[in-house]
Amino acid sequence: MPVNPEIQGRQYPPTAPYLVGREKVREFARAVQATHPEHHDVEAARAAGHADVVAPPTFPIVIQQLTWNQLLDDPEAGIVLSRIVHGDQRFTATRPIVAGDELTAQLTVTRVRSLGGNDMVTCETVVTDAEGAHVVTATSSLVVGGDA
Amino acid sequence: MAQLQDLEVGQVVAERELAFTRETLVRYAGASGDFNPIHYRDDVAEAVGLPGVLAHGMLTMGAAVQPVVDWAGPGRVLDYQVRFTRPVVVDPEAGAALRVVATVGKVEEGTARIDLTVTAGEQTVLGKAQVVVATDR
Repeated sequence: MPVNPEIQGRQYPPTAPYLVGREKVREFARAVQATHPEHHDVEAARAAGHADVVAPPTFPIVIQQLTWNQLLDDPEAGIVLSRIVHGDQRFTATRPIVAGDELTAQLTVTRVRSLGGNDMVTCETVVTDAEGAHVVTATSSLVVGGDA
Repeated sequence: MAQLQDLEVGQVVAERELAFTRETLVRYAGASGDFNPIHYRDDVAEAVGLPGVLAHGMLTMGAAVQPVVDWAGPGRVLDYQVRFTRPVVVDPEAGAALRVVATVGKVEEGTARIDLTVTAGEQTVLGKAQVVVATDR
């Protein structure tokens, strides 16, 4: 089943708030081999002017994935997980994520186009904090394979 | 180490060798929530026609920026983008070895663009890998 071109422009509801835990930041930092003290040591983070330990630059993927699930669960979209190849990824941040942040994410499908036998879906997830202020925008291109 | 306020285009600001093993992949799966079995099961990878178990693209992206984070500080990364141009196969015994070279690509008022060259063996695995860091704070 090809990707439904009519999902271009579709916006999904904001996700339930995600509370960023200190141990989650440390766990994710270890997983991406991030050893800077500001990821692990609260005192080091505070000395650098942050409220708590700082998440690595790609941590927003954890929250972005919650919005991808909305897209995959949309029966009208025609996107099957096993056929997706991640084409590119970008994070544009207003500020770093720190432990204690309560984040909400909202995905918009910005573009759907055919590319050979595949479909390229570009989507943008905007992550905001509890005050509604912008934290980071995560943009991805997903290449969705056609019927094999 | 290169000073943030005094950068020149072409200057190498950081270099690092990265080592991924199957344990690295399982750890990343758990931490990120991406449990696609192509990242830990040889049989599934083979069934979908892959040359072997692959590292998560987001693991490669996440680890490749670390030399820049260590150099500039985690709070200074404003923008980070990559293209996933070639998969990283992680051998069950030998793992995978990656090399990252971070070079100043552009210097602007208050920011610098750092370009990452990320290779596995002789092959580049990320394209247009660019990190914008704040240089004025």
